[in-house]
Amino acid sequence: MSEPQKNSVELRDVHLSFDEKEILGGVSLSVPSRSRLVVLGQSGGGKSTLLRLILGLLKPSAGEILFNGLKVNRMGRLRLNRMRQKIGMVYQYSALISSLSVRDNLALPLEELTSKSRSEIDQLVDEKLALVGMSEVRDKMPAELSGGMRKRIGLARGIIMDPELILYDEPTAGLDPVISAVIDELIISLSEKIGATSIIVTHEMGSAFKVATQMAMLYKGKIIACDTPENFKASTDPVVAQFIAGDTQGPILQSTPS
Amino acid sequence: MFGPWSAIRTSLQHLSSVVWLLIDTIQEMGDRVVRGRMPFRLSIFFAQTDRTGVGSIGLVSLVSFFIGLTMALLTGYQLQTFGQEQMVPGLVAISFTRELGPLMTGIMVAARIGAAYTAELGTMVVSEEVEAIEAMGIGPLRFLVGPRVLAVFLLLPCLVVVSNFTAMVGAALISRWAFDTSVHHFVHAALESMLIRDIIAGTVKSFLFGLIIGLVACYKGLSVRGGAAGVGAATTQSVVTAITVVIAFDTLCNIVLVALFNS
Repeated sequence: MSEPQKNSVELRDVHLSFDEKEILGGVSLSVPSRSRLVVLGQSGGGKSTLLRLILGLLKPSAGEILFNGLKVNRMGRLRLNRMRQKIGMVYQYSALISSLSVRDNLALPLEELTSKSRSEIDQLVDEKLALVGMSEVRDKMPAELSGGMRKRIGLARGIIMDPELILYDEPTAGLDPVISAVIDELIISLSEKIGATSIIVTHEMGSAFKVATQMAMLYKGKIIACDTPENFKASTDPVVAQFIAGDTQGPILQSTPS
Repeated sequence: MFGPWSAIRTSLQHLSSVVWLLIDTIQEMGDRVVRGRMPFRLSIFFAQTDRTGVGSIGLVSLVSFFIGLTMALLTGYQLQTFGQEQMVPGLVAISFTRELGPLMTGIMVAARIGAAYTAELGTMVVSEEVEAIEAMGIGPLRFLVGPRVLAVFLLLPCLVVVSNFTAMVGAALISRWAFDTSVHHFVHAALESMLIRDIIAGTVKSFLFGLIIGLVACYKGLSVRGGAAGVGAATTQSVVTAITVVIAFDTLCNIVLVALFNS
């Protein structure tokens, strides 16, 4: 008999409000270890907020968030910092440190958080840059790179510490189809190679179905569906079906928040 | 609702946030030290000291030179009518070591460095760089705030020494030209009239002003909301707040000193 799968991340009835405006109204979600969960949902629906809650960058108004069984929302600043070292975050707009070169951006967490020597750090930086096909820009500044290049560097930085959990905020948005496919394959190979759990927030349906082992739909501050990609595709839920098909007719536009 | 109570409440909220910023920064740096690591990158600290200290020498020297010169000239002419122009060196020396040196340097550093810190950190907030540093578990307070605040805290007293010296040079030169006071006599009279208490008061104030300017600038920078317009607004607020708080704190220090030492 196989061992029950451990959850890497768990959200239990998470609520979040900003200035009396409810962003999340009771999100419950379990993300098994080594899985790749794609979170779908409307723009401004709270998907990126979900990632920030998992990282402990935001505190929920109510509910619990667990990472490896530890309550993230109960942690103090110093414990959070230690927990975050096990998580890699890939930002929508890369969020590279503009005053540091590509090499220094990637080396930053290694230099600050590990005792590795300079040669070990350089080796790791070269390895990750090669992984995203960006070895030639090692000594360039972020301002000298295109959006797609920055995104790949951001991805390389997100995985430099070999994290247990990788959070992707729109990893392929605004990229050409070829680079998008490269990033998708990278997400899959990373999760298989280093055994990391991945949570991917995206609007790109092609990418979503390619990388997901599990999908969730966030709608009106709640997870209304969480299933395998196959079941998602066959879903009869009108919201899920409309979102996947990209139809203009259906419940989503009728109730879009102003 | 607007009114004095609302303003007081907002000010107290900001004050408490600044105090927490200091406490959290010390806590993050302390945690690093306990783990046997440097609290921040020395390269960042030295870059900031270079920018704050060396980079401000020109401005501080020039402004202080002119203020010292003007002060000596105007007070000298008034004192000359009573035949008391020999008091000019003492007057400039005491005014600068105890009051004008720290105050003027504080204002200049708040405008030059405080604005730069706020704009820099604010831009980093807007482009999610600060969040990325936090998300990596690096601790943005010890990494970004620690070296900046420490640089202004330690370098402001050094700049005050430069300010005092150049003001005396300006005053000595104008006294030589306008009142026929020799430089030798000027230096002798200035040293005679300076009290160790005034020098200590000026030095203590300089450290405190440095701390205030650094904390206010970093707090305003990290609180930026709303893109480029937010960065601009925060930078203005940072300079205005830092200068106001420095002047208010200077007044408070003077009241305390007068109450304690009756001088």
